[in-house]
Amino acid sequence: MADRPIRVLIAKPGLDGHDRGAKVVARALRDAGMEVIYTGIRQTPEMIAEAALQEDVDVVGLSILSGAHLDLFPRIVDQLKQKGMQDVLLVCGGIIPDEDIAALKKMGFAGAFGPGTSTQDLAKFIREQVAARRAGVTT
Amino acid sequence: MDRATVESLRGGNSRAVARAISAVERGGVEAREVIAALFRYTGRAHVIGVTGAPGTGKSTLVNEIAKLYRRRGHRLGIVAVDPTSPFTGGAILGDRLRMQDLAGDDGVFIRSMATRGNLGGLASATSDTIKVLDAAGFAIVLVETVGAGQSEVDIAKNAHTTLVVDAPGLGDDIQAIKAGILEIADILIVNKADHDDANSTVAALEMNLNLKPKAENDWRPPVLKTIAIQGEGIADAVEWIGKHRAYLESNHLLESRERARLRAELELVAQRELMTRLVRGVNGSKIEALVEKMAAREMDVYQAVEKLIGDTHS
Ligand SMILES: Nc1nc2c(ncn2[C@@H]2O[C@H](COP(=O)(O)OP(=O)(O)O)[C@@H](O)[C@H]2O)c(=O)[nH]1
Ligand SMILES: [Mg+2]
Repeated sequence: MADRPIRVLIAKPGLDGHDRGAKVVARALRDAGMEVIYTGIRQTPEMIAEAALQEDVDVVGLSILSGAHLDLFPRIVDQLKQKGMQDVLLVCGGIIPDEDIAALKKMGFAGAFGPGTSTQDLAKFIREQVAARRAGVTT
Repeated sequence: MDRATVESLRGGNSRAVARAISAVERGGVEAREVIAALFRYTGRAHVIGVTGAPGTGKSTLVNEIAKLYRRRGHRLGIVAVDPTSPFTGGAILGDRLRMQDLAGDDGVFIRSMATRGNLGGLASATSDTIKVLDAAGFAIVLVETVGAGQSEVDIAKNAHTTLVVDAPGLGDDIQAIKAGILEIADILIVNKADHDDANSTVAALEMNLNLKPKAENDWRPPVLKTIAIQGEGIADAVEWIGKHRAYLESNHLLESRERARLRAELELVAQRELMTRLVRGVNGSKIEALVEKMAAREMDVYQAVEKLIGDTHS
């Protein structure tokens, strides 16, 4: 059976208003052959987990600029677990200080990408990680 | 699909519904298994198609219509289809952006679908996705598609009631609405009625409808104005959906349309299946040999097909 295209949810939790960066990422991943579900700004942890569940995505990408990641991300991870989505690949981007990356990895984030990351690198990372997961689980 | 999964799906479990949709989208054996387990539970939902050019406000309208049905206690499934880029195979599925009001309500299930560049397959994937939502007990299934051609017309055939959405300012009058799309409309909506030239869009649509010859008992599509971003005209639209449903019921059209739809589905899937089996059963060199004969004008296409099909069947 041919693999389906990688499905990615791009969401922007928290209250900061602009989503230029998130849209750039969404377009880049589309150009890399992925199906990107874009839900926009001001997403609550519940909304993000619900969308990930209904859309049956392989990847959840969170973009944040407000600095609230250490507060919001654990709640999102928790919601995803509650909904049985613990296997989803988690990545984040935006403004995330280096010293927080260890904490994020521990939370379950496979990658954290700062503003300097090339979108090609991001797409490559996602592709490799999803391929590894698909090879690992037999459904 | 095992018994427990079927029961959990019928109970509306989101994870079970989501994974069943992924399976039917993939097609193949997996899709068959899901449909084999669920088909007997389908045929209950009222399927409403919403189609029209990009940017006319379909998603915003779906959001508003869904909210109104929710207030009346109906559970809803929503399928939003967007085009796959033919160059990259990727897609941006942004319809949920306009449906945020429905978040956090477990009586609503929203699924975004990409066309995946496969026309006949898309119609099947959409129709099977509707079946999954129907079996999961969603009384109403709304299907949003970009009205851009044959594949959308095919998808619209799955709907009991089709809303075609237009908006002023999309260029010349109804140029935005392709001829084939107008044909499938049960209800015409001019959204963005807050714009000045909405009335001329309405007039243009009315004129077009009047050109169509009508038998006495035929349904005449109403032309309705809405302002979806303000929730205006929605109650009227939903009332007309109800009237259309009643019209179908009182004229026994639900049954006859159901049969027409099933026949079309049977033919479509049979065609695809025959094609697959034919191609699988024939080796490439044989096709090449026939192409050579055609190039040399020794055989025309009909003779070549006769040879191709005749040989695999004998
Ligand atoms: N002025 C006006 N804008 C609207 C209305 N309905 C939707 N829009 C806007 O039109 C744009 C496209 O809407 P969307 O629902 O995504 O359209 P779709 O592409 O047909 O699904 C968005 O910016 C909406 O906010 C309306 O009634 N009036
Ligand atoms: Mg839309």
